[in-house]
Amino acid sequence: MGSVTRRTFGVAAAGTLASLALPRRLRAEGAKLKVGVLLPRSGLQAFIGQSCQRGVDVAPELLRQRLGVDVELMNADTESNVDTARSRAERLIEQGAHVLVGAFDSGHTAAVAQVAEQRGVPHIVNIAAAPQITEQGYKFVFRNFPPAPEIGRNGLVLLGDIFKEAKLEPKTAVFMHVNDTFGQSMAKGVDALLPKLSLPFKLLDTIAYDPAAKDLTVEVSKAKATNAELLLLVCRLNDAIVLRREMVKQRWNPTGIVSPGSPGLYEEQFSKGLGKHADYCITNTVWFNPKNEITHQFAAAFKKKFPKDEFAFHGLNASYTFDAVLIAADAFKRAKSSDRKALAEAIRQTNIAATDRVSFGGPIKFNAKGQVEGNRSVVIQNLHGKPTVVLPTDYAEGKLVFPMPKAT
Amino acid sequence: MPALPYVANAVISGILTGTVYGLMALGLSAIFGVIRLVNFAHGELMTLAMYAAAAAFQGLALDPFVTMILAAVAFGALGYVLQRGFINRFIGRTEHAQMLLMIAFAIIIGNVLLLGFGPDARNVPTSYQLDSFELGPLLIDKVRAYAALAAVVATALLAAFFRLTLTGKAIRACADNPVGARVAGLPVGHLYAVTFALGAGSVAVAGCAMVQLIDVTPGLGPAYTLLAFVIVIVGGLGSMVGALLGGLVIGVSEALAGLLIAPSAKSMVSFGLLVLLLLVRPQGLMGASRR
Repeated sequence: MGSVTRRTFGVAAAGTLASLALPRRLRAEGAKLKVGVLLPRSGLQAFIGQSCQRGVDVAPELLRQRLGVDVELMNADTESNVDTARSRAERLIEQGAHVLVGAFDSGHTAAVAQVAEQRGVPHIVNIAAAPQITEQGYKFVFRNFPPAPEIGRNGLVLLGDIFKEAKLEPKTAVFMHVNDTFGQSMAKGVDALLPKLSLPFKLLDTIAYDPAAKDLTVEVSKAKATNAELLLLVCRLNDAIVLRREMVKQRWNPTGIVSPGSPGLYEEQFSKGLGKHADYCITNTVWFNPKNEITHQFAAAFKKKFPKDEFAFHGLNASYTFDAVLIAADAFKRAKSSDRKALAEAIRQTNIAATDRVSFGGPIKFNAKGQVEGNRSVVIQNLHGKPTVVLPTDYAEGKLVFPMPKAT
Repeated sequence: MPALPYVANAVISGILTGTVYGLMALGLSAIFGVIRLVNFAHGELMTLAMYAAAAAFQGLALDPFVTMILAAVAFGALGYVLQRGFINRFIGRTEHAQMLLMIAFAIIIGNVLLLGFGPDARNVPTSYQLDSFELGPLLIDKVRAYAALAAVVATALLAAFFRLTLTGKAIRACADNPVGARVAGLPVGHLYAVTFALGAGSVAVAGCAMVQLIDVTPGLGPAYTLLAFVIVIVGGLGSMVGALLGGLVIGVSEALAGLLIAPSAKSMVSFGLLVLLLLVRPQGLMGASRR
């Protein structure tokens, strides 16, 4: 062992001092960001919750590569239940989560947001559209997902684009929607916006139904009885399957089945469960941006981790959920700290370029309410058993089929 | 108001669904009528039968109407074993002890299904699942019609068993006077077990029919236990004809309420009927009044 000379002592001392003076950023990067993820992985919304979870599962490796940030996931299942969502959020905070992400359903998300605000923990909403989530004056709640009226407005505006592209204008429509928090918000949005958009059809009836309903015979009979040319539908997954099945049984063949921005029709289970009867259903919805480099990286990582899954079926759920974790990681990197207040402040200052996000929209910037504005919708149509972008034409992967062929 | 064919279609649909509801409630009614036990695991037993039909279709490509016969036998055996092995020991104990036992069975079945099949909804996509019979302006759902037919046949067989066989007559004697039946030397424990077997068998048939009408999830049980209670109370506790009638009343009233008032009014109307009936005729439509 060599003796310690004045020179080596000086070098060692300088090194020690230098390490103590290391920017907090590096130390922050050395630490892990604990992200508590709340999703309905079982129960009524299990399919969608698990779909969102895939986006989260891909995140740590991809974010390490892109941002050099270590993310530790703390997963919690809300069991498609508001009370469980609330108690799991409490537990994640107790267990040391620096930030919460979730929780897909608007009702669950509102419950988690309340807990997050009370406990001073940043909550980044992945998917949930009820407007009130970012209308409560919360300081710790952030959402990179359009509220229902915006989804509805974008979705309804795109209806005009569909008619224009197809050169066909239905004169009548019936509106069916689920009567949960999300469905009611969407219905309010549709009611308020439809008269202002000068669309060619007249709304003959509005039919609300229970998303947990096992039998929609009467609801479909009532809608069919209106003789409407177009079905406007705000649905969830299981009810969408039951409803479409019942439409075929009752031989109701409207010109089109169009959702102005709800889940259900583009999901894998919908296509698998209904086969050819899932085709030609249309959803005007937020989606992933197929042109972005990060989307290609994300899709490749997704394929590697879930080789049996088709990315298109999970694209929306996974991309928005991934982006929620991306926002957290980006803020952690800038805050150079996992302190919850510092993270919240960094999230508030987020400015992620439109090309650096997977979901489709402009730059991710939060307004004073914690809401990102400028998320865009596209027209998705199920073609050959797969959700396919058909409009806008710049991003189209297939050609729009409207009116939809009769079910046989 | 919707045009007449739509109302007629809704009524037919309500009658067909109500018949299957009736068969489901029949098991509950028979068990209560004879054993005086309220089966809180009734909906879970039906859910189990629905999963059996879904698994048989997926694994063996067996049509649910074929599975129905096998399930009736298997569930009959299961019901017999449950009654002889467990429930008979609780006969004569306090009602809350019986209730807890049946709720425990319900929870066990629900959780076993969740562990075995996961939370996802399943259905049985037969080749005729989406077909309908067309009679002029009327459209009759083929699966619903077959399911109702199976329910009618099963109900007739059950009624014939109780009326025409010696065992059936002995069970009715037990129901009328359990002490007298014991004095006469009837094997009451065995007869109770046969009754539970028949109840479980009929709920298995109802489950195999129902799985073609609705998707099955592990959490389906409690809602259908509650529905069976409503039907049995409307029809009259312990009355087999009453159970069938109660099913029809609930099926048709839900269909008409959904069509003429609002879809979300379906449950409101069926529970409203229940309250009304409890006030006006507490013994139910076909139940015997007690003075």
